[in-house]
Amino acid sequence: MKQISFTLNGKPVSLKVKGEESLLTIIRIYLEQTGTKYGCGIGECGACTVIMDNEAVRSCMILAEDIEGKEIISIEGLSSEGKLHVLQEVFISHDALQCGFCTSGMIMNAYGLLLQSLNPSREEIIEAMESNLCRCGAYNRIVDAIETTSNEIPKKVKL
Amino acid sequence: MRTAINKEELYSRRRFLKNLGGGVVVVFCLGEMSFSSLFAQNHPSLKDLDFNAYLRVKEDGRVDCFTGKIEMGQGIVTSLPQVVAEELEVSIYDIDMIMGDTELCPYDRGTWGSLTTRFIDPVLRAAAAEAREVLLDLAAEHFRLNKTDLQVKQGVISVKNDSFKKISYAELTKGKKVVRSLANKPEIKKAKDFKLIGKPIRSLDAEAKVTGRAKYSGDILLPGMVHATVVRPKVFGSKKIKVDASKLSDFDGVQLVEKGNLVAVVHSDPEVSKQAAKSVQVTWDAPVAKTNQESIFQYLESTINKNKIFETEGDLELGKQDSTIYKEATYHDGYKAHASIETHVATCYFEGDKVTIWASTQSPFGTRSSVARALQMPAEKVHVKQIFLGGGFGGKSNSQQSVEAATISKLCGKPVQLVWSRKEEFMYDNFRTAAVVKVAGGVDSKGELKVWDFDIYCAGTRGTELFYTIPNKRIRFFNQGGVHSFGTGAWRAPGNNTTTFARESHIDVVAHAAGINPLTFRLNNLKSKEMIETLKLAAKTFGFNKEKTSGYGYGIALGQDAGTLVAMIAEVFVDKETGEVQPIRVVCAQDMGQVVNPHGATLQTEGGITMGIGYALYEEIEFDGGKINTTNFNRYEITRFSKTPKIECVFIDKMDAKPQGGGEPAIICVGASIANAVYDACGARVNRMPITPERILAAIS
Repeated sequence: MKQISFTLNGKPVSLKVKGEESLLTIIRIYLEQTGTKYGCGIGECGACTVIMDNEAVRSCMILAEDIEGKEIISIEGLSSEGKLHVLQEVFISHDALQCGFCTSGMIMNAYGLLLQSLNPSREEIIEAMESNLCRCGAYNRIVDAIETTSNEIPKKVKL
Repeated sequence: MRTAINKEELYSRRRFLKNLGGGVVVVFCLGEMSFSSLFAQNHPSLKDLDFNAYLRVKEDGRVDCFTGKIEMGQGIVTSLPQVVAEELEVSIYDIDMIMGDTELCPYDRGTWGSLTTRFIDPVLRAAAAEAREVLLDLAAEHFRLNKTDLQVKQGVISVKNDSFKKISYAELTKGKKVVRSLANKPEIKKAKDFKLIGKPIRSLDAEAKVTGRAKYSGDILLPGMVHATVVRPKVFGSKKIKVDASKLSDFDGVQLVEKGNLVAVVHSDPEVSKQAAKSVQVTWDAPVAKTNQESIFQYLESTINKNKIFETEGDLELGKQDSTIYKEATYHDGYKAHASIETHVATCYFEGDKVTIWASTQSPFGTRSSVARALQMPAEKVHVKQIFLGGGFGGKSNSQQSVEAATISKLCGKPVQLVWSRKEEFMYDNFRTAAVVKVAGGVDSKGELKVWDFDIYCAGTRGTELFYTIPNKRIRFFNQGGVHSFGTGAWRAPGNNTTTFARESHIDVVAHAAGINPLTFRLNNLKSKEMIETLKLAAKTFGFNKEKTSGYGYGIALGQDAGTLVAMIAEVFVDKETGEVQPIRVVCAQDMGQVVNPHGATLQTEGGITMGIGYALYEEIEFDGGKINTTNFNRYEITRFSKTPKIECVFIDKMDAKPQGGGEPAIICVGASIANAVYDACGARVNRMPITPERILAAIS
């Protein structure tokens, strides 16, 4: 067992781990932030997507030993002071979800995209989101939602 | 079986009555039951048990609406409050939905078959209308006026000519306990008076879902809980011979649990539980493989002889003689997974002899009886709680994971969470069945359908009643138990995706052979006036006669499901070099009677079409007997962002009609509309789904 330290949603965390645990288990089970979901366990569906050092990653594919010193943001850390993040707002206004199980991963992956590029085109959005799966079929609404956000972000929200 | 169900219904009713707080409660029962009979100890008659909605206006003015249905993304958590708010004259935001909790809600078999809007809506509307009348009676008493002198708006009753005289639902219900059963049909609103029904309402659960606050079964973390990992065989249906758990001693704090074929390891850390389970060696006796994804069709056709005639008229031989064009073909459809993003999950704990379960299930009451039966305990000792589901599509109709979790919990003596891995999910999915449909169809020189012979293997007859005028026809259903190497079950509009693919592909085949445009051919041969209107609406919205450039094709498909008529037109682009299909646009027109929430209906239609692209173009389970080779999304392609076409949904305006199904119907037409569009684009007639690039290239050459 070894001690690792990182931040989750701005709060410092220190844990004893073996090292092979997945970041998904750390977030969901050890730290009880259950908004991040398990869907496939091999990085194929995107339901477990979180932000690590400003980049969207599949938390099921990240090992505990690789998160030392990292800044991690999960869906719970996206809204601040009780105010929804603009991405969450547009997902609601576009009704870009049905069962909601892929939604956290979709929003975090989109957030990762916006961190890289403020005004992605529709094609860039589709390309960046392509590996996130939604079985209910909300894809078009998700793209519409992200497209509106990318137009609004520079004015409205500090990333 | 029937007795068991009676007892369950009785149980939930007694529980409900016992827990009843203050306020105004309306209990809906079909039949002429007096409320006092609910307390009778002797067994009530069956009709008395049709007791399927509770509504309660609480002392704070908010409304609790109880239903045994569950929310899995289909949007009834929004559309049910919509009809309650309409009749009760309250804000939709003042309604709390209590769904699928076996101790609070009325008995319900399960959430499937696009039944909720068709059958629960009318019941809740009636209950809400009755509650409104009760409240008006109370207000009339309060003001010493006639009910006709009063009006109600947003939960406040006021005197018509004296707006200062008013009283809220909350004030009226305070300290009161009024219970009404709904024996007579109350006056419900006409379409012209609707304020909410027919208006687009955004999903009420969206905020909980975008913040990660919405709770699914795996999000319930209990004190002292252990995570279970079941040791699975490689082959479905294997029987356990022996277990070697000697290596388990390498792991601290793990516990082995065994019962029959169930072998599981538990630990407070899911990572340890998973690792430890890998160390357990189980010797299995596996059934011998009889089929794989290629041989299955021939196997089904040659094995199944038993059939039932579903529909027959005229004389097939005569019809064949009358036909100038006669075409025969066989259509194949492989096994498909439900592939909800949430796998099967159950979290449970025992308190004394009672178990409480949160389970991703489309049938909480079915789960209650399955768990009770498996653990040999009374149903009232099993409590299934309300929870969100991460998709269902028919795949969460069984209760295997709940039985496993409860069994493990009982044996290990701790609260348990069981999350199926994606691999387990594929193995125990209860796939949409592989199927064969053999079709023969003939048309005369005037382009009129004269004969139709339709033999369905395994897919069932749902939605197969012919809506074309055909004087000589026969539809037969061939089926037999034990032909599948693993579980099969209901998959969004069961069987109808496959049979609609076969029928509508073949309608195009005969239309093209007769040299008639598939739209004209359908319009000329359709029997149902409503279907003609629906098709015309689709064709007009799509612009079917528009010019198209090389490589692009249009395809039509018609279908019926859950009382709804569907007309779909798809546009695709096919790369003739690679056989790759790009869905461009899909128009879906539906006659679904009254559309309660056009926005919700649109979401369901878009979702069905998007999901349907997957079964049409990509999805196929690969297997050798009971060994499922498709184990994860890297080997099971579903629709992705880039393959989602532009989708337009239009509805026939019928606000005074009864509402029909909305969750399933649209998806049934995707396979055939894509197949027909692919043919139109490149001349490849592919008779097997999924319509893969290889099959397209093979059909071209």
